Amino acid sequence: MKFAIVQFPGSNCDQDCLAALRGIEGIESEYVWHKETSLRGWDAIVLPGGFSYGDYLRCGAIARFSPIMRAVMEDARAGKLVIGVCNGFQILCEAGLLSGALVRNRSLHFVCDMVTTRVEVTETPFTHGMPVGTLLRLPVAHGEGCYYADEGTLRELNERQQVLLRYCDAQGETTAASNPNGSIENIAGICNRARNVFGLMPHPDRACEERLGSGDGARIFESMLQTLASDRAAA
Amino acid sequence: MKAKVIVTPKETVLDPQGAAVREAMQHLGFKAAREVRIGRYLEIELEGDPAAAEPKLRELCRDLLSNPVIEDYRLEMPQK
Repeated sequence: MKFAIVQFPGSNCDQDCLAALRGIEGIESEYVWHKETSLRGWDAIVLPGGFSYGDYLRCGAIARFSPIMRAVMEDARAGKLVIGVCNGFQILCEAGLLSGALVRNRSLHFVCDMVTTRVEVTETPFTHGMPVGTLLRLPVAHGEGCYYADEGTLRELNERQQVLLRYCDAQGETTAASNPNGSIENIAGICNRARNVFGLMPHPDRACEERLGSGDGARIFESMLQTLASDRAAA
Repeated sequence: MKAKVIVTPKETVLDPQGAAVREAMQHLGFKAAREVRIGRYLEIELEGDPAAAEPKLRELCRDLLSNPVIEDYRLEMPQK
């Protein structure tokens, strides 16, 4: 399966993503420059972390208007799998593909740490084979990762089971102390209503190698791969 | 001819930066600072007729210059 990694000026986790994805058997991956206008032929789209356009104006606010984003939005609406990590999550929110927004960490500090997240919904294209309550250890590195949504949006996200990951402690409890950035209801990652677009602040791309601290991130990409493979088999 | 755009965080959105600045002001003896909200201020030098530019500028305020999920904006067009 072919995964496109979109490079914006200021992306800096594109190489992490490429290394992570190429380490998974069955995934082919290449960069796609943000000036491109089509993503035809790609099975999945990755918006990597970084500081697109220097985070000017707001994180993701300018990248959201890059030429490639029209293709990302069209393909997302057509059901293609899209994952946005960190700055990629911010871009997806700015583009309106995901609801809510990421604002300045409540502590005002840039957080760079290993966190634990809890899988809230199983059998999505991103959490396939991970029962509810599965704990994933993933690194975070961001200054604007505090997830915010208004009350109505939050209710809808919960009712439609669109919150896929929450920050928690080692026992799986979503405590205030385990929330690295002040995100509302410890939200670490959400998907869209159709469940084909996923955004998260933690970096699965930096957790694909047990020797480097955690291999849990690979499970998310493997889940995407399995979803694509079973879709293709069914077609 | 300058248009001015003032973007502020919505009332419902926590503004930790503003809170930190308020604390510093109080620390410096300015007890009258009850709340501080930090936003963004843009000056846009316009070419041609401001009235003609206004509709598109208003659209950009909503789509680019502010994020309606977390921010409000105020657009001030140049006085004739």
